[in-house]
Amino acid sequence: MAEYLIKNGFVFDPVQGIKGDAVDVAIKDGKIVETTALSSPKVIDATGKTVMAGGVDVHAHVAGPKVNTGRNFRPEDKLFTYKPKNGIERMQGGFSVPTTIRTGYNYARMGYTTVMEAAMPPLYARHTHEEMRDTPILDQGAYPVFGNNWFVLEYLKNHEIENAAAYIAWLLRVTKGYAVKVVNPGGTEAWGWGLNCENVHDPVPYFDITPAQIIKGLIEANEYLGLPHSMHMHANNLGNPGNYTTTLDSFKLSEGIKPNSKFGRDQVMHHTHVQFHSYGGDSWANMESKAKEIMDYVNSHDNITIDIGQVTLDETTTMTADGPFEHHLTELNHLKWANADVELETAAGVVPYVYSPNIKVCGIQWAIGLELALLAKDPMRVFITTDHPNAGLFIRYPRIMKWLMSTEAREQQFDAFKHKDKVIDATNLAGIDRELGLYEIAQMTRAGTAKSLGLSHLYGGLAPGLEADVAVYDFNPNEPYVPDDIEKAFLNAEHVFKAGVQVVKDHEIASNGNKRTLWVNAKVNENPQVMRDVKEKFLRYYTVNLNNYEVAGHYLPNSYVIEVDATE
Amino acid sequence: MTKTVTDVICPFCGTLCDDLEVVVSDDGEELLEVYNACAIGAEKFLHSQAKDRITRPRMRQEDGSWKEISYDEAIEYTARMLTEAKKPLMYGWSSTNCEAQAVGSEIGEAVGAVMDNTATVCHGTSLIAVQDIGIPSCTLGEVKNRADRILFWGCNPAHAHPRHMSRYSIFPRGFFTGKGHAGRKMIVVDPRPTDTASMADVHLQIEQGRDYELLNALRVAFKGEKLPDVVAGIPKEKIYEVAETLKSGRFAIIFFGMGVTQSLGKNHNIDEAIAVTRDLNEYTKAAIMPMRGHYNVTGSGQVWGWLFGFPYAVDLSRGFARYNPGETTSNDLLRRDEVDAVFVLGSDPGAHFPFSSVKKIYNRPSVVIDPHETPTTEVCKVHVPVAFVGVEVGGCAYRMDNVPIETRKVVEPPEGMMTDEEFLKRVLGRVKEIQGV
Ligand code: SF4
Repeated sequence: MAEYLIKNGFVFDPVQGIKGDAVDVAIKDGKIVETTALSSPKVIDATGKTVMAGGVDVHAHVAGPKVNTGRNFRPEDKLFTYKPKNGIERMQGGFSVPTTIRTGYNYARMGYTTVMEAAMPPLYARHTHEEMRDTPILDQGAYPVFGNNWFVLEYLKNHEIENAAAYIAWLLRVTKGYAVKVVNPGGTEAWGWGLNCENVHDPVPYFDITPAQIIKGLIEANEYLGLPHSMHMHANNLGNPGNYTTTLDSFKLSEGIKPNSKFGRDQVMHHTHVQFHSYGGDSWANMESKAKEIMDYVNSHDNITIDIGQVTLDETTTMTADGPFEHHLTELNHLKWANADVELETAAGVVPYVYSPNIKVCGIQWAIGLELALLAKDPMRVFITTDHPNAGLFIRYPRIMKWLMSTEAREQQFDAFKHKDKVIDATNLAGIDRELGLYEIAQMTRAGTAKSLGLSHLYGGLAPGLEADVAVYDFNPNEPYVPDDIEKAFLNAEHVFKAGVQVVKDHEIASNGNKRTLWVNAKVNENPQVMRDVKEKFLRYYTVNLNNYEVAGHYLPNSYVIEVDATE
Repeated sequence: MTKTVTDVICPFCGTLCDDLEVVVSDDGEELLEVYNACAIGAEKFLHSQAKDRITRPRMRQEDGSWKEISYDEAIEYTARMLTEAKKPLMYGWSSTNCEAQAVGSEIGEAVGAVMDNTATVCHGTSLIAVQDIGIPSCTLGEVKNRADRILFWGCNPAHAHPRHMSRYSIFPRGFFTGKGHAGRKMIVVDPRPTDTASMADVHLQIEQGRDYELLNALRVAFKGEKLPDVVAGIPKEKIYEVAETLKSGRFAIIFFGMGVTQSLGKNHNIDEAIAVTRDLNEYTKAAIMPMRGHYNVTGSGQVWGWLFGFPYAVDLSRGFARYNPGETTSNDLLRRDEVDAVFVLGSDPGAHFPFSSVKKIYNRPSVVIDPHETPTTEVCKVHVPVAFVGVEVGGCAYRMDNVPIETRKVVEPPEGMMTDEEFLKRVLGRVKEIQGV
């Protein structure tokens, strides 16, 4: 394998505490090494450029059934987006829901090298893995959804944490999943009857359990197993005015629980796309930002991490396992609606959406996302996402960086709103003059996310021993720049290395890489009861036989297994 | 001694039953019995045992007779044909696994082919309707466990999807449907008195081609608005009654088939059927699902979805994917003389396309990959027999509700036979060589 020496760039690496010093980065055998370990490296002159570890996305919807529904039911999303194949670069198309090929390339072009698929319906795990297999370059993992799973509901109703944990371990193994995802706990099961659970105490029809019990139980089961990532949460009541109280109620369920993981994370709950969960008021007319209340809580509780779910003011395709929410959305915008309820497990909805700068609510949503990030006391616990493609496209991450790094850029956006004054009144953003630096950006997009995922032994920094995932951006932080320079540079990295392979060279895709799929194999004590329950439910209620459920290893041609031992 | 393979997946129809038991000889060469399958499914397995099965590729001679050729020669012919053609059509894909579909798509990308599947003559209209209005749907297990109102529209599962009603829709007892059939109301809309219709609580014997009117009338009836005395041959009282039956259910599902996708109105019918489902969600829970035919037509739409963004009729001839049904669909291309070579795998256009299209295939360089002799093999220049997917080789397939299931290999293919995927991989390799990439 080729050796590389990336010389003299301005390095931003929270893992080593390097804040823009000119440091050399050495790559050998797919890993970062000491510069002295190289014998005859190819030298890349990064003088005057920014160097960071490869980006790690903690939450995006990029592979699986609902993503593909989004692709197939929106031919209009392909308009003017198609790029013919070119050398090793394959055909690619799509805007808000790009093809798998474009997903891999576009992330790589931004210097991102690891991306987590945030919601995998277990019954569709095979599909999710097929898509990930056909996504070039990126290391990926997928989170199976648990918050409405009948096994989980029944075990947690009786507070059987050990059984829930044994079931989780089994499901992670058969689906080759990475973490415990929860979407609208209980509410999505209620959606099987066209109903919902609107707060943490709203009982789930028939199952005689509340979302609060599900959330707390899953956190406990997650810590019982000691999984690399914490429970990954999308709370009830998403997107509704006044919902910040539900969010705080959900946060509070983590109180008093300590992380039990040898993978280095400090949180027991990661709450995703918090922008959608930080609304005050009681109608769209008086909806306002409660980002401050939310961040007061996050800042003072170090067992929580969040990502922001930034609205980017684009046309996009929303998709979530929050079935009732998508129905609500189609009632609101009357655009096309796809729904897919999944037996015993979950549901999903897909609806196109336009976040228009001419609509007051969209402006408020935009401001809330940025407030969350700018009010963060610890950028290692608050991450940049768009909940791609829900609040916006992942290719807007560099634009979000621009907004976070520049009050001027934020003012420009305020000026472009039709209802500027109303947006300013309903939010706090205009009063915030904080400008983040590249070090904080590296925390929010690399070091922090890798740590929260329990992957800081692989990704997120440039310390020797870590994977050689490195991005070089044509951006000189010490020279004067206009805000748009940030977006331009970070959208289009000059060089990117993935596990030591140069995948982007002089801004062009240079290799399809050797992508890996990450999954967690948690060992637990034998649990005959859970295995009996599994057999019984498959026999009676599933339409796929138990023996045809497991995703075989060949769907993950390059799998990376993280072993966890929970047998004591 | 024999051995029994359990949990076998039936590679015939979109019901994709996965509970078959197959008895094979001890050496794994001979398939003896098939249990749990319906008659057509069982036949699919047993057919692989035909003594007169063709096991080597063959090429049509000047005088119309066949000459046996090697796989290498077949690969060479196919690769040359595809690279030399300006705009080859690569059609079929519905009766093979996703692995083969993915390799085939890469070939299509390399040679600039038009990729189309059998949806083009069955549920293509449904896919267009979904692009118009979306689709509230669910997995078949949701139907089994929750549905108490089942509507079959323009389809006849008793014959086309024989185990659908027993596995998923009418008879099974599910979690919230402990009474099975007795707890469900079954409605059939069909101009014909089919075997399915004869089982229904209500059979709306609609006038041929009047689907849109009746669907629209249901939407009117949901809102309690006025209807003419008779719509589509059905008295209004009956329509109000059916509307009430659907609204009063806890979970309603509409299954629809080619009787409505290919009759007058086409995609507009499906638009309206989906609108009926959307409307029903104002009152109760409702879903709708196309009764997909081939066991993996759904899968080819999925594979192309993630690779190209479109479920069928994908024209790659300009170096990027274009999609415009009516222009990029197989029959339109053939009849307008827009394709100069035809590759068929996993379906039988010779039996299902209009005669005018079949004649065009006959007049062009053409290859058909198929374990069977079919009307298509009769019009193609080269016939490449391959192992049966789901019998002699495994691989992923998508059920009509998009659930992916991995089919199983139960017996060995005849000595020296290739699988679809192997053949396509070799063709792809050869195409790359010819193109010098
Ligand atoms: S219903 Fe379809 S899948 Fe099931 S056994 Fe019959 S042919 Fe096979």
